[in-house]
Formats: sequence, C-alpha cells, structure tokens
Amino acid sequence: METSTNKLLTGPVIAVNIGLKSFGASLEQQGVEVVQVDWAPPAGGDQEMMDLLDELM
Amino acid sequence: MASGFVIRKNQYYDSVFLMSVNRRISEVKGIQETAVLMGSPANKQLLLDIGIQNDQINNAQPNDLIVAVLAESSAIVENVLGRLEEWLEAIQENTVALSVRTLEDGLSNKPDANLAVISVPGEYAAREAKKALEAGLNVFLFSDNVPIEDELMLKQFAMERDLLVMGPDCGTSLIGGKGIGFANEVRRGTIGVIGGAGTGLQEFTSQVHNAGSGISHAIGTGSHDLSGKIKGLTTLAALEALEADQQTSVIAIISKPPEAGTLVILLERIKTCKKPVVGCILGIDPGSLSGKPNFQAARTIDEAVRLAVALSNGQPAAPSGGLTPERMATIRKEKQAWSPEQKYLRGIMAGGTFCYQSQQILGEAGISIHSNSPIEAKNRLEHPDRSIEHTIVDMGEDFYMVGKPHPMIDGTMRTRRILAESRDPQMAVLYLDFILGYNASMDPVGELLDAILEAKRLSKQRGGSLTVVASVCGTENDPQVMGLQMKLLHEAGALVFRSNAQASTALCQLLGQG
Repeated sequence: METSTNKLLTGPVIAVNIGLKSFGASLEQQGVEVVQVDWAPPAGGDQEMMDLLDELM
Repeated sequence: MASGFVIRKNQYYDSVFLMSVNRRISEVKGIQETAVLMGSPANKQLLLDIGIQNDQINNAQPNDLIVAVLAESSAIVENVLGRLEEWLEAIQENTVALSVRTLEDGLSNKPDANLAVISVPGEYAAREAKKALEAGLNVFLFSDNVPIEDELMLKQFAMERDLLVMGPDCGTSLIGGKGIGFANEVRRGTIGVIGGAGTGLQEFTSQVHNAGSGISHAIGTGSHDLSGKIKGLTTLAALEALEADQQTSVIAIISKPPEAGTLVILLERIKTCKKPVVGCILGIDPGSLSGKPNFQAARTIDEAVRLAVALSNGQPAAPSGGLTPERMATIRKEKQAWSPEQKYLRGIMAGGTFCYQSQQILGEAGISIHSNSPIEAKNRLEHPDRSIEHTIVDMGEDFYMVGKPHPMIDGTMRTRRILAESRDPQMAVLYLDFILGYNASMDPVGELLDAILEAKRLSKQRGGSLTVVASVCGTENDPQVMGLQMKLLHEAGALVFRSNAQASTALCQLLGQG
C-alpha cells in the first residue's frame, strides 16, 4: 500500500504554509500550490488560555 | 543619546518581515541600535539588555509589535517612530492581504494539501504540527527551540499514521524537485539524500547538480533526529520512503555524529536496504565504518557526492580533484605577502555544517581550531565573540540567534565580526562561506563586500596582506546569479572555491608548514 509519505514523494506537493510568508512565496515561485495561513499566536500568546482552548476543541 | 519606542497592539508580523523593517530603520543616519520585534518574553529580555525598560513594554503580549530605537538625538528618534506606518507599508506593499487565519481554514481552501510548512516561534510549533498531522499532512517543521519530548511525541504520532515529520529545526528539503525552506535550484535525478543539517543538504544537492547529476528527493530530518532520545525516527522513515521510491536509485545520508546506539540501529537498517547507501557521517572516521554491508562511508560531503554520482551512473568514482598547480602557486604567493606577525585563520561562517567540516579537515591535517561549536570540547572558545589563534565561528549558533536573523539571510552580524577581526594584526586568513538558494540573502557577497575590502585595507596599512578564502554553495540556477556573486569575490581578490571541503583543503595548505 502506498503510504502518505510516498504519496508526497510522487507528488505534486500541495502546501499549507504557516509562519514565514517568504517560505510560501519561494514555493509559489517554484510553481507549487500553496495556501498561506496568516498566523498569529493563538489566544494572544497566553499559554493558559491556549491550553484551555485545546481542551475545549 | 536618545531612545524611544512604539507599541502596536495586536499587530503580528513574522520574523523575516520584522528583519526587513529593522534593516530599513538601521540605515537611517544617526541610528545606533534598533529593535523591531514581537512582545514575547525572550524579546522583552532583549530590550532590557539594550537598556530599554518600561511598564508598557513589560505588559506587551506576543501579539504586540514593539519598535525601539537608540539614536544620536531625540529628533531622530521622533522622526523614525513618527514614520513607522510608512516603513511598515513600504515593506508590506508586495504582500497580499490574507483571510486564512488557521490551518483548518487553509485546508478548506486546499483540501488535497499533503504538506504543512511550519515556521512559527518554537513555543507554538508543536501545537501547529500536531494539528497538521491530525489532518493527515506531512510536516516540514523549520521552527527550533521545540522541546525534545514534543519532538518525540510528534514523530511517534506521525509514524503511527505513515506521515513524515521533517524537523523541528529543519532548514532544507527538496521534494520532487521543489525546494522547501533554504534550498537550491537543482536538477532532478536518481540520488535521494537524507540529512539532519540544512547546509549539509544544500552542499550535497548543489554539488550533485554541479557534477551533472540530479536529486530525486532531499529529506531534512531536523538536527536532533539521530540523538539518543529520538533514535532516528525520521531518518528511518525517510530511508524507507526513498527505498520504496521508484525515482531513487541511490541513497545518501549526511549527518553530524549520531548517538552510538542510534548509529547501530541505522547501520542495521541500512544492511537490509534494497538500494545502495552512501554516508558522510562528519566527526566519525570512515575507517571505523568500513566493511558495513551495503554502506560506503565518505570522509567529506564532496566524497559522498562522488560516490553517490558514481553509483547512480554505474561507474567507478572519480578521484578527488585536489588543488591544481595554479592554486598551489597562488597559495604560495599569498603566504609570501604576509607580515611576520600574521599567523592565524579566522573563519566566520553562516553554515553550521561548514563550520564543522572545516574543523574536521583542518584537524586531520594537524591544525587545531577553536570554535563556539568545536568538534572537541577542549577547543571551545571562552566567549563566542573572542577568537583565539586559529578560530572558526558558527555565526548561526544559538548565542547569535536570540532576536537576530540568521547570517544566511542577513549579513549584519558577519560584517561586524569581520570588522572586529580586521583589527587583529595576527589574522592572516579570513575564510567566509556564501550560501545561495531560495530564502537566503539575495546578495550574500555584496552584503559583506565593504567589510572584506576594509579588512584587506587595514592589513595592507599594517604592512601585511590579508588572504581571503571563500566558498560558494549553490548552483547557476539559483535566484542570486552565482556567476555574479563569484565575480564580486574574484574582484575583491578572494580565492574562491565551489565547495567547503575544497576551501578547507586550501586552508590546510595556507596554514601548514612550508
């Protein structure tokens, strides 16, 4: 059976980019389909609040 | 001296964007120090270190932008901070407004996505990576400072789902010819490579290309994968994937020394691999690995390239090039121009693997090197900023990375270090590496050129002559235009090499007797 990893290698790469926008831009430059997530620290970066959110989800 | 700051609540920007703003502000005349950063605890400490402290800053959150400046006068401070909006807009011009805020939104946009590329600050990285794995995505995790327990958890979780976690602290991968993170534009071919070190993978893949061959896939594993805690989970998964991959005929592994038990596990797995494996395990004598079934050990990355290319072509490996007679003549001429007090090497490196490989090659020639990332603990510099005798510093090491961009994307720190070293009359050789490719500086040589020329001028003024050795990692297809970068180095009088190992061989000749 073909694993998810081998499916990645046989391609094409389709990426979700979370963080540095330049990483997404360089993939686009190479013709890769990319969706850029406009990420910011969840719950304003408050760790306790993040843990709470994780529990609720 | 005057100082001032501005806080923008709930305006989050990534570190590369902040670096661009920082650079623009630094160029303003009269500015002495700038900090453009998000209000994380580590960044607030950084501000404290440069003498900027205030209740408002203490209360800032990781989502709040802080811009602080130290300048010659309060007029300059006011002018810069007053024009902040203008700086931000000028740099943001090229970026498109985005409405996708979470991985879930991203996936509804691209339901057939197969890879998450994650480069958020380390404290949030494991959380995002876990969500990506749960959604069935492979992960490229650039973020560093991820706790090793989280790394193990992510990799075990991925293994149960037949997914790959490249990282954390993974700088480079090439999947199906597409470079992820810091990667070069290389030809596709049949050589697959696995590596924990980003610059090691860039060097290997670029040289395979430059030798006329090509890469099927280059899989980064992150720098801790071969530790005793992780036991090579990603390396083993990558080996399995490349073994099954129809495009790949030969597999190479480039790494720093694995933990002893992990090396045994890896060699056991290689024994049963259906494809030949070449390994460059820096820091381990290839002789000690000889005779291992299905495994050819190389001393340097260059040698690993020669072995892998030969195996993929079904031909014997080309002999090592060595230094040409012309090179040897140039080296003799350079040495003759030194003043009697000029004795020592100063290597100021952007690539961690290059720092390591150079130390290894020089060490084998009997030349002991001090470093902030030494091969042997006894050669550790007391302070990374203070060179002793022969020194090679890794400017991408953790000490230099707090709140600062990596030397591969910004030459400011290396420029400062070159200028600091240029005041030492005992420096005879300055060695610099230049790394091209996606996401690296678009003009790595240009950024350092004035400092190189100034160092040469000062040396001449003292009656000596500074030898500059440079190695360039990349291909002619990289966005930076390699020919132009090499031309700048030649015009500056540098001895230019196409690999770190070749440059290190030249360093041995320069620093050896005779």
